Formats: sequence, C-alpha cells, structure tokens
Amino acid sequence: MQQLALFIRKEFIHVLRDRRTLLILFGMPVMQILIFGFALSNEVKNARLVVVDHGRDVATTALIARLDASRYFEVDQVALSPKALEAAFRRGDVKVAVVFPARFYERWQHGQEATVQIIADASDPNTANTLTQYVSAIVYDHASEQRGVQAPPYGIRVETRMLYNPQLEGAPNYVPGVMALVLMLVCVMMTAVSIVREKETGTLEVLLVSPFRPVLVIVAKAVPYLLLSLVNVGSILMLSTWALGVPVQGNLFLLLAESVLFITTCLSLGIFISVQTSSQQVAMLISLMGMLLPTILFSGFMFPIENMPVPLQVISNLVPAKWYYIIVKSIMIKGLGFAAVWKETLILAGMTAGWLIISVKRFNIRLA
Amino acid sequence: MAQPIIQADKLTKRFGDFVATDAITFDVARGEIFGFLGANGAGKTTAMRMLCGLSTPSSGHAQVAGFDVATHPEDVKQNIGYMSQKFSLYENLTVAENITFFGGIYGLRNPVLREKREQLLTRLGLHDVAGKHVGSLPLGWKQKLAFSVAILHDPKIVFLDEPTGGVDPFTRRQFWDLLYHAAAQGITVFVTTHYMDEAEYCNRVSIMVDGRLAALDTPRRLKELYGAASMDDVFYTLARGAQRGE
Repeated sequence: MQQLALFIRKEFIHVLRDRRTLLILFGMPVMQILIFGFALSNEVKNARLVVVDHGRDVATTALIARLDASRYFEVDQVALSPKALEAAFRRGDVKVAVVFPARFYERWQHGQEATVQIIADASDPNTANTLTQYVSAIVYDHASEQRGVQAPPYGIRVETRMLYNPQLEGAPNYVPGVMALVLMLVCVMMTAVSIVREKETGTLEVLLVSPFRPVLVIVAKAVPYLLLSLVNVGSILMLSTWALGVPVQGNLFLLLAESVLFITTCLSLGIFISVQTSSQQVAMLISLMGMLLPTILFSGFMFPIENMPVPLQVISNLVPAKWYYIIVKSIMIKGLGFAAVWKETLILAGMTAGWLIISVKRFNIRLA
Repeated sequence: MAQPIIQADKLTKRFGDFVATDAITFDVARGEIFGFLGANGAGKTTAMRMLCGLSTPSSGHAQVAGFDVATHPEDVKQNIGYMSQKFSLYENLTVAENITFFGGIYGLRNPVLREKREQLLTRLGLHDVAGKHVGSLPLGWKQKLAFSVAILHDPKIVFLDEPTGGVDPFTRRQFWDLLYHAAAQGITVFVTTHYMDEAEYCNRVSIMVDGRLAALDTPRRLKELYGAASMDDVFYTLARGAQRGE
C-alpha cells in the first residue's frame, strides 16, 4: 500500500513538472469551453435584417420595432425592389429579409390572410434556419399578443415550445460535448503516453522486475489521471455555470458518478493503447485519430446521429463518448435522474469492464 | 563451492517453433561476477528475463537465490536487482526522488531508506546534485546512480543488461570498480555485455550462440582452450558459427 502511494506520488510529480502536460491538462478544457461556448456558437446576434415594407401601417411599424428591439437583429429599413433585393442577397450583404405586403393591417383586421414573407440566404442552411425561426417566433409572439385584444382568430394555431433550452442557445449543447471530448483526450492520450514513455525509457522493465505487482503499475498510472480529470470536470462545470449560464439542472453527484465511470472507460482505453504500442508518437497518434475523431464525429454533439446512414449509426454505438454525451445532457440540461440514464450507464459500464479485462490480460501476456 | 546462487538446468524458452533459449545449464556462485555474452539474437535477453521471473520457462528449471523462477517469481524478485542498458531512472525526478522511489518500490521503509539514501549520496559524491533532475546529469553519473539504486535494497544478485552501452572507456572502467565493490560485499553480478575488454574483467564468462551455451569458463581458460590472444578472438571464433542473424 505504501508502495502504491509512493508510485502515485511519483506520477503526480511527472504531471506537475511537465509544463506541456499541465497546459494540455488544464488549459485545454478552459479553452475549449470558451471557444465552443462563445466563438463557435450557432446563435446569431445582431444579424442585418432588411425590411421591405409595402404596408406602411400601424401593424408593420409595430412589428418592425419589435424585430429591431430583439438582440438578434439590426433592422435596415429600405424599400427595395424585388430585383434589388435579389442583387443584395447575391452580394451577400443581406442574410435575411422580411417582406410585408400592401394593406397588411387591413387584411389582418378583416380576418383575411395576412402574410409575412421571410427570405433567407440558405447557402448557409444552419444560419438561414435559425434566422427564419427567430423572425417567425417574433412575428407569432406579436400576433398572439394582439389577439388578446382582438377577436379570436380562426383556424389552426401552431404553438411551439422549445423544451430545456427555450432560447435555442448553443452552450447547453456544447458543454456536454466538450466534457466528453476533454475527458476522452486527457484520459486516453495521457494515460497511453505516460505508460508508453516508461517503456521507451526502460523504467517499466525495472518496475516489472521489482516485487511491485504489474496490476498495481496500471492502477498507479490510472489514479492520478482519474483525480486530475475530476478536477477538469469541476472546472468545466464551474465555467459552464458562471461563464456560460448553463448550470447543472439535475443531481450533481449523479453527474460526477457518471463522469467517474466515463473517465474509467477512457483510462482503460488508454491502457489498452499503451499495451499495444511501443512509442509515444504512435500512442499519441492512435489516441488522436482513433479516439478523438470518432468522438467528434459520432458522439452526436456536432453532427446529429439520426441523420447518418444506418451503418454509421451502428458504428456510433461503439463510441463511448456518445453514451456519456447522452447521460450528461439528460442530467445536466434536462435535469433527469438515474431512471432516465440507467441504460446508457449500463452500456458504458459494460464497455469499461470489457476494455479493462482485455487491457489487463494483454498487459500480463506481454510479460510472459 | 557452496550452494550456487543461480542454478539453470536445461532452461528452455520457445516462441512457437522458434527456440530462443535452448536447454542451457549452468551455475553461478555467490559473489561471482558472471559475464553473459552472445551476439544479438543469441538468446541472452530471453534467458535473463526467465532468471528475473519476467518470463516463464517453456521447459527446464532455474533457481535464483534459492527460489524456482517458474513457481516463485515473486520471491525471486524480492532478492534481485536489475539495471538495463537504458539506465532506467526518471529524468524529471531529482536524484534523491529517484533513490526514494526505487528504494520504496522494493519495500524499504523510511528510517532505513533515508539512511541508505544518505550513504549512497555520500559514496557517489552526489550530495551537491541531490536536488537536481536526473536528466541534467552526465551519462556516467546516471549510470553509476542507476547501478547503486539497483542494489540499494541489498539484493543477493544484480542483473545488468548491457549496462555500459554508449559510455566512454574511462567511465566504463569506473563503473567496473563499482561492480567489483559490490561483488566484494557478496552481491553476485550477472552481466551481459558487447565489450570484450569487459569480458576480461569477469570471474567467469559464458558465451551463447544460437540459443545454446557454447562456452563457459574463466576468461583465461577460454583463451587457452581456443588458442586465442584475447576474449575478442574467442568470441569471434564461437560466434562465426552462428546460424541466426540479427
């Protein structure tokens, strides 16, 4: 036991003395949260909105004022001809335009159809989608407010409610994704590299010749990264709560427990890689290409898995980050309890056990 | 001769069809400096790994410090020290931290460990650099430190795998002084090397060719036997017949 403590202390010294490791370990999560949270957001703020107002009445004026007041748009009111409007889109000056027809207020008041045309530049589909949604939402809001005063409308009404993330902000989506990504990167790569490094320097051999048990070598390697990763989870959650305004809705301890499970999965993967390789470069490459890329592609936080072809959907099931991402999202954003994530937890636990058994077996075979 | 400290009896290791170590039989006496020579691929490392309890023999037996390597590898490990050609110290740990770590791994507890660390630093004259990272030390110092660390727990035997690779002759000579010192204190030294001048320093030398033990005797008797002027010639005569290349 004292030997194990000594070993773990040594591992901490390795990490804390190496500036590059420290930077990756603690700088990366902060940077990623900030980049994903602020820079890479698919929210649109202060987009230029062109209004073509053929109505020029109370209703259009009120609506334009409302659009302008929202933080999403800056309204540019111009009376462009359809041709000039098209030219503006071509030049890329305009991302979205709103066209009010003539006699807009009159039609609305008389129960006729009052149409608002929204034209968006869909060469960037995501932005176009977001912008048109924002405009529609504002128009509907206005209409339903007016309705309280006016006579009830006829026909079907569509009421949309965006659950868990009513403002459609990017951060609630990214925070769980970044957590999966950072843990994957730190645990898999760092563990793999730190074991392979000992192979390269020959110290692993010395350790194996010593009475220290090989399994404990693995344990001693894993413990510091487990603890440091928990620090990372903590710092991500704090940043998320206070810098991005995305607090943990569900049980914090459940979230931490699930994180420990996922960290263990990653550590076992890292150990597996380190057993298979003998140079630090190879270990790092495998970790990056073999782990990071699938995590980004298949965890579902950047590209929706539902839209992928079936074979890829099947592959995505093998990526542990996918399950962790679902778990974190459920607990952190939706505020759900264990009952909602027990299946994912079980899958993750199964994966971890499998990798761990394979890794330790391989590690022992290497010795024989 | 008293009870030998290492006894190998038809020790064999096969990897599939390949016989890395082919039924080697030899004894090493307590306090002896035993040279274990052979070309690359002759099976030295495999034999040594079996003696260290790292690898289980396919057939045959070996006893090291009175324990069978196949059935009691943990007891064997308690009684041996090991140093590889890579010096095997942690470069970003200080001299003192390395001593503490490796001593601790072998189960030395603190009052004893601290005392031994002080002794070692004094003997090697490393007190001034005790707080420095090992990575900043010259190669020769690292090597001496690595050896001293390998015998810190007073093992009965120390296994050295090409310990002097890449070191200049003067430093090598100094290193051998350390080996003699250790042997004089009763530690058996089992050393592999490529340097034939070092073979001359050994009490007895064995030469492996193609997994078999081709010769085993004192350097002087080997030279007489093969009518050679130096160990270099003896080695060349024997290794020339090797079938296995690199």
